[in-house]
Amino acid sequence: MKMIKVETEEKSKAWSVAWYLRDHWEAIANNKPILSMLLVVGFALSFAIPQFNLVNTYIQIIIMYIGINIILAASLNIVNGYMGEFSVGHAGFMAVGAYVSSLLTLHVFPSSLGFLFFPLAVIAGGVVAALVSLIVAIPSFKTRGDYLALITLAFTFIVKSLIENIKPLGGPRGIVGIDKLTTMPWVFFWTVLSLWVIRNFIYSNYGRGVLSLREDEIASRLMSVNTRQTKFLAFALSSFFAGVAGALFAHLLQYISPRVFDTVKSCDILVMVYLGGIGSIAGSILGATIYTVLLEILRPLGMFRMVLMPLLLVFLMIFRPRGIMGLRELRWFVPIQELNVVKRWRRRKKVTDANSAS
Amino acid sequence: MYAVQQFINILQLGSIYGLIALGYTMVYGIIRLINFAHGDLFMVAAFISYILAVYLKLPFIPTLLISVVFVAMLGMSIERLAYKPLRQAPRVSVVITALGVGLFLENFVLLFYPYPQVVPTLLPTINWNLGGVTVSFLHVLIVGLALLLMLILDLIVNRTMVGMAMRAISWNKTIVPLMGVSVDKIISITFILGTGLAAIAGVMYSQAFSTIDPYMGILIGWQAFICAVIGGIGNIRGAILGAFILAAVQILVVTFLPSTYRDFITFTLLLVFLAFRPYGILGKPPIEKV
Amino acid sequence: MKKTVVVLLVTMLTIMSMVLVGCKSSAELTIPIGLNAELTGGLPIVGASCKNAALLAVKEVNDAGGLDVGGKKYQIKLFIEDNAYKSDQSVAVTQKLITQDNVVAIIGPNASAMAIPPSEIAETSKVLMISPWSTNPATTIDSKTGQPKKYVFRACFIDTFQGKLDAKFAMETLGAKRIAVMYDVADDAGVGLSKYFKETVEQMGGNIVAFETYTSGDKDFSGQLTKIKQANPDLIYLPVMYNYVPVQIKQAHALGITAKFLGSDGWASDELIKLGGKDVEGTFHTAHYAPDIATPIAQNFIKAYNTAYSSVPDDVAALTYDSFGMLFESLKTAGKVDRQAVRDALANMAHYEGVTGTLQFKEGSGDPIKSAVILETKNGKFVYYATVQP
Repeated sequence: MKMIKVETEEKSKAWSVAWYLRDHWEAIANNKPILSMLLVVGFALSFAIPQFNLVNTYIQIIIMYIGINIILAASLNIVNGYMGEFSVGHAGFMAVGAYVSSLLTLHVFPSSLGFLFFPLAVIAGGVVAALVSLIVAIPSFKTRGDYLALITLAFTFIVKSLIENIKPLGGPRGIVGIDKLTTMPWVFFWTVLSLWVIRNFIYSNYGRGVLSLREDEIASRLMSVNTRQTKFLAFALSSFFAGVAGALFAHLLQYISPRVFDTVKSCDILVMVYLGGIGSIAGSILGATIYTVLLEILRPLGMFRMVLMPLLLVFLMIFRPRGIMGLRELRWFVPIQELNVVKRWRRRKKVTDANSAS
Repeated sequence: MYAVQQFINILQLGSIYGLIALGYTMVYGIIRLINFAHGDLFMVAAFISYILAVYLKLPFIPTLLISVVFVAMLGMSIERLAYKPLRQAPRVSVVITALGVGLFLENFVLLFYPYPQVVPTLLPTINWNLGGVTVSFLHVLIVGLALLLMLILDLIVNRTMVGMAMRAISWNKTIVPLMGVSVDKIISITFILGTGLAAIAGVMYSQAFSTIDPYMGILIGWQAFICAVIGGIGNIRGAILGAFILAAVQILVVTFLPSTYRDFITFTLLLVFLAFRPYGILGKPPIEKV
Repeated sequence: MKKTVVVLLVTMLTIMSMVLVGCKSSAELTIPIGLNAELTGGLPIVGASCKNAALLAVKEVNDAGGLDVGGKKYQIKLFIEDNAYKSDQSVAVTQKLITQDNVVAIIGPNASAMAIPPSEIAETSKVLMISPWSTNPATTIDSKTGQPKKYVFRACFIDTFQGKLDAKFAMETLGAKRIAVMYDVADDAGVGLSKYFKETVEQMGGNIVAFETYTSGDKDFSGQLTKIKQANPDLIYLPVMYNYVPVQIKQAHALGITAKFLGSDGWASDELIKLGGKDVEGTFHTAHYAPDIATPIAQNFIKAYNTAYSSVPDDVAALTYDSFGMLFESLKTAGKVDRQAVRDALANMAHYEGVTGTLQFKEGSGDPIKSAVILETKNGKFVYYATVQP
């Protein structure tokens, strides 16, 4: 009896918080400092939760997986969402990052100082993944759309096969015994960093180039957008963070093998991006969170879980083909100049509409 | 003779890839969709043939016909329900939908058959020994059937009105309805043909390899897709060519190198090939008008 | 629209956190034990047998009033998790069992490829893990130090023993001189077995004429089998899981191969006969126990299993039952529900009389010294052929 009462109390609290947010959304959205406050609180929590065991270890692991998936979804969003390409090879870059960082922490760095060298290993994983992505970027200059899908797909298989055949990389059985160096503060740090970098990239000149590539590649070339450089940058950035996510993943699961990074994983990341919304950072956060949490909550359903998920996905695609947030963005993430431009544009439109009406 | 035996293996594997690749290429040619659920329809056909053979104890030909009709209808319904509403949406959404449909089919079948099943052999097992080379009746049937169907398909596409409509849609979708052709009908017919072929491949595959499981469609689907692309996606003869090339590469690699290199070599060759000729062997680069 | 999204998100997150927080298990006079099995994926029969035997073992104890530990009676609470025959899932559910469900010990996984990664987690988290069926030596050896792990045990013999005895059987009993091998590179059990088998055959003066590989998921073996046919072997050794054997032997016969076939304990499932039919007639394989030479202990188990599940228990079921038996014994000896105490009690157990024979644990090793049996596929059934002592 006691349990139920507590639940309803908490539930009504949740509803009231939700309604409050909804009514005051405009004020909150425009109040950018709230974002900085949330970040500070989040950072503090990321230390407090593991220290004082505010939630049990399993949920801590889930939270860390959410963070890693956010990085994956946001980075894939650069290529698939903002640039409008169709890359299905994200798991391959993740694999590169995971393997490079694991090999570094296992064999190169002294294990006692592991936690000091961990950021180095993660960065190394990301850098190597970015370098490898250039190999994929080159064929992409000549091809578009579906051929790129094929190239990235082939790339995933090649990475998988390569790892399986090179014995020092563990072969098909993978690498065991990786130290658990991924902690919540690290995940939080890398998630915030990646979102910040990606958001800055999108709203910079290069980002404009990426957006224009999506709309019309030939027209952008005519408008002096250096398409090659832009494609390189987009791929490199996207794979860098995929590698980072892979490194974090490896040091959380403590075990990696080629089978973990197969096409199914790429499809999972794809689903997260399209679920949350293409071309939107808030969308990536949403998609990653919903997907990870939903999969865990629906675990008791057993087999039905995997029947329901794709069905939901299909329905979502039919009714909202661009995803939940599709091409729209949370106002906190948009730089002030953008918002001002939109405001000014709207004001002018109102004026012109009024003029043409009268 | 060793080489001849391997050649026969290549013919058999290539025929199965070819039947599935044809479906991919036809659908892509018409509506520019990579139907990732294609491999899973292949799997469904195999399971339907299992159900018919085990529970209704039907002989080969009725099993084949009923499975094919059922899966062809299923393919058409999927097109109507899931792909048609997205004709105006960005292409990637349709692809994700196709992925979703595929996943759904796999897990739906998994609900009923979590264990691999064995399909009873409905064909006589006759082996002919020609000077050291063993050829089975099944080998001959698969290759023969595949070649026959490819010929018929080629005829349909190039010599009939329906085929002409299909080709017209693949060139310019907007003008075709103005000419009095029902685009929906043609697309449905394309799906029926394409999925029907995959269904035949499914039934023959289950006869040749007897054990079926819900995940068998995934890898074969991707491989058939590669065949279609190598040959030039949208091109029927290209799909057949690509299928035999891929089968040849796979079997030859296994013959000379440890089998773990198979995927690696196959995909690296593919990547290199695409870097130089992205439109496939028989494909034509699309002319982009600015 | 934006507001609705925010409302949705916040409510979902809050409800979620409540659900998850409310899911803390209460342990009053129950002993939580984890089961990590291959319920879905490539080896569902193995998972089903494991689960059935586990449920039977737990039911027997609970129906008798519970397990007597340190003077109090405890009910056994079994947490069953599915590793879906994927190693990362296997690791994830192990972590879940250890941290969320707070189990005192974990039984499983069965397949070596599934068991090796979580064994590292069990070792570092200091939780007892018993694998009923994993035969690859690496499961109980610490990959970093090369020493036996302290917290990981198994109920079966290991591949160094099995590979050797398979080689001896092939050459001495079956009289084969030219032997071909085909195995799955992604399956640890097969990789280890092929290595030890080859070493022993060559030591005994035999000739390995072909050493072919394939990867998990492959369906077409015509390339490898054609190569094997070319080498003309007397016997083909297939240390692979039961789900591949029927396809491989059928394809071999279709190519006109007439060699004998020998398999490992991965064959031990009735599914093999069901899927293989006439093609697997006359083949041999090693197994952990044989129902037709059952000891009284084994007969009781077989009867109970048959009554509950209308089928004869296979290797995996018998070994799982023994794993639980050993765990219950250790709990009783330990006198308290504590991970370290249970582990110590098991390590000090000199020997255990189980369904699959006498298990003897040497000092410091998690691998029992046991004998193996060889089964022949005759008239559509597995029939006892011989016993091999260590």
